[in-house]
Amino acid sequence: MDLLAQQLVNGLFIGSVYGLFAIGYTLVFGVLDILNLAHAAVFTLGGLIALWLVETCGLSIWMAFPASVLICGLLGLLLDRVAFAPLRQRADSNFSGLISSIAMAIIFESAALGLFGARTVRFPAHTVSVSVWRWEGLSITSLQVEIVAISILLMFALTQFLNRARVGKAIRAVAENDRTARLLGIHVDGIIAFTFFISSALGGAAGILFGLYFDSLSPDMGRSIELKGLAVIILGGMGSIPGAILGGLAFGLSEVLTVAITGTSNLRDAVAFTVLFTVLVLRPSGLFGRKKLREA
Amino acid sequence: MEALAQFFAIYGSLINFIGINAILALSLYLTLAAGQLSMGSAAFAGIGGYTAGILTMKLGVPFLPAVAAGSVVAGIAGLLIGLPVLRLTGVFLAIATLSFGEVVRIAVLNVDITGGAQGLVGIPNHTKTWGIYLALMVVGYGIARLRYSRIGWCFESIREDETAAKAMGIDTTYYKILAFVLGAMLAGFAGALYAHLNYLITPREFGFSVAVDLLIYNIVGGTRAWYGPVFGAILLTALPEILRGTGITAGPMRMATNGLILLAVILFLPNGLVSIFRRTGTKREKSPLAASEEA
Amino acid sequence: MLLQVKDVTRAFGGVKALDGVSLAVAEGKVHGLIGPNGAGKTTLINVLSGIIAPSSGEVFFRDRPVHTLPAHQLAALGFARTFQNIRLFPAMTCLDNVLAGQHLVAPRPYFPRLFCLPSARQEEKELRRQAMACLVRVGIEFKAHFQARALSYGERRRLEIARALASRPSLLLLDEPVAGMRRKEVQEVGDLIRSLAAEGMTVLLIEHNMSFVMGLCSTITVLNFGRTLITGTPDQVSHHPEVMEAYLGVREHHA
Repeated sequence: MDLLAQQLVNGLFIGSVYGLFAIGYTLVFGVLDILNLAHAAVFTLGGLIALWLVETCGLSIWMAFPASVLICGLLGLLLDRVAFAPLRQRADSNFSGLISSIAMAIIFESAALGLFGARTVRFPAHTVSVSVWRWEGLSITSLQVEIVAISILLMFALTQFLNRARVGKAIRAVAENDRTARLLGIHVDGIIAFTFFISSALGGAAGILFGLYFDSLSPDMGRSIELKGLAVIILGGMGSIPGAILGGLAFGLSEVLTVAITGTSNLRDAVAFTVLFTVLVLRPSGLFGRKKLREA
Repeated sequence: MEALAQFFAIYGSLINFIGINAILALSLYLTLAAGQLSMGSAAFAGIGGYTAGILTMKLGVPFLPAVAAGSVVAGIAGLLIGLPVLRLTGVFLAIATLSFGEVVRIAVLNVDITGGAQGLVGIPNHTKTWGIYLALMVVGYGIARLRYSRIGWCFESIREDETAAKAMGIDTTYYKILAFVLGAMLAGFAGALYAHLNYLITPREFGFSVAVDLLIYNIVGGTRAWYGPVFGAILLTALPEILRGTGITAGPMRMATNGLILLAVILFLPNGLVSIFRRTGTKREKSPLAASEEA
Repeated sequence: MLLQVKDVTRAFGGVKALDGVSLAVAEGKVHGLIGPNGAGKTTLINVLSGIIAPSSGEVFFRDRPVHTLPAHQLAALGFARTFQNIRLFPAMTCLDNVLAGQHLVAPRPYFPRLFCLPSARQEEKELRRQAMACLVRVGIEFKAHFQARALSYGERRRLEIARALASRPSLLLLDEPVAGMRRKEVQEVGDLIRSLAAEGMTVLLIEHNMSFVMGLCSTITVLNFGRTLITGTPDQVSHHPEVMEAYLGVREHHA
């Protein structure tokens, strides 16, 4: 039982990182109806850039984190400028956007490979001081608490921003109907660019936290989380932020539970993808997604 | 003759690989031709490959029947997957087929009969280069002629506008399933050929990145006609070797080149590279029927 | 009566787009369907053509119940339609659009094509001739080899009609066939429909262009809020007080 409780705690922690990653995905999908497959590459770059800042530039993690997040935000702007904005006018912009995001993902990943090498690396020891708390047979590290706190903080900040701030509301307006938003005087292209900024910044943040949590970073760490992120947003509903958060948590929990129950990590992903497939077939809009009827 | 033999000794493996990739690209093309973005081709290839490999290796089944069996089993898998995902479109269909592919890959990893992560080792080498290219030519021709038959028109109509296609009397469910199953069978066929090429297959060779590669071959080549994916497969499979010739050997650079080509194509030549060779204006485009009459 | 609609209702969530609509379309006649925006006209056409199913009610075609049939089976029975927001195949040429529309009447078997047999060539030649004839009928044959997306708005509407004609239907459902057209074009389409009816085609059309509808249709049904207001001759309909009220609002003065 203790072991199970421990697993649950671990599941929640990793789930919050998944949720943070998934929010970026779902934000762009909600606003643009495009799946940005370069998100995972930004995730990777976020972690690697933070590592570089800490290791080579000697910054403390508390400086490197926001710096890297900012850089990732800028990468998001680049993504929009190069890969998505030129395609906005096209009739099949969803599909071509998807393809160009794949292209950018490849380019970003090759940049990561070229700049940081193919080895798996880790944050230097003592990047973060870790203390462990034990309570009722559960052990929780301060790192885990910090990760979950930061994730929650960012998610909360985002939700508040979208609900309260003028720009946030503008984002929601564009997500609903960009044509009307334009007519209302909202600078749609700017809003979309800003959305990419936020989305990629969050993705980068998730990457840093992921790298800290698992104590390892590599140019292809985005691969594993890419599909999981997709599963999370499908489960939670594409375009829904609460859905992404809850989906992330649920996913993290299901992962650790699968390992705990089957005793092996081999089937972990298989269960996840079977769930994903089933959700798509039965209820493609997920838990909180808007059911969009687009037909005649 | 000497030079040719030498050329082949060096590049033989690559040439085989190009041929297989071209057939695989066509298997994805079949589903794209009916407007469906199925990312399951790699998984279906794996199903075909493993089925055929197990049959020849462990049950002593002769080559051709084993390949046929691989195709059929992949086709059945295609039917089983195609039915539930019928209602899905676009990105959702892609994700569903992707997750199916991952489930297959993980299943194969964890089952004894397939050899797990080590893969299926010791498959007899039956596939010859001429066999691959003969198959490619037959398949390519068959698909080319499909365009002007009833099936081809139905696929094209569904791809352009499914609702209008229904109103025209096309049973879209039937044709979408048909495209799916044909694509799966072709992928299984290619996978079976591939299995008998190098004595060994592993689950990694049928995973997510292969599925993405096939999509890239189709997009870069062009999905408006059968020769698009073939061209894309040839170009992108041979590219690393070509780049090596020009001195770009580093892994990241080659990867970046792939990405840049894809980006350039989608931004500037959305109908793929072969659209440079077709006379396409915004107003006039030669009817494929006119082209077939000349053929 | 070729087509009989009995008490058809269609609800979307809580909203009743159609609420007990009944009408009958006589064979070989042109039947108009008018009403204010949101009255349910397109929904009715969607139900009749099988794109969506009715929540309740029945539809009979030649006395045969068809309301449970999907769109492609209705097309096989002789239904053809155009769409309010034009659903052409944009990447194909005009001729190809019509050739695609020949699905129900063109076997185009695979194996003769695989072996390039003369029978295949013969068939294609004949089909092509028929497709061109459809384009000539609607008057856009000079754009046959142009991509559909290069056509003007009016030409696109006419192409849709040509494509609908390609399957040799007996019932043509037209959703705003002359919307956005200039006067001369409207007249030409009106003449086209008249000549089709003279050949035995039954036409049910939605339109907002009143002079077009009044001049062309032998019977008109008026819908409002998903219900049939009245079915009658153009004369009866245009003088009916409730119709005027539906379009113009509550009467303040008499005309």
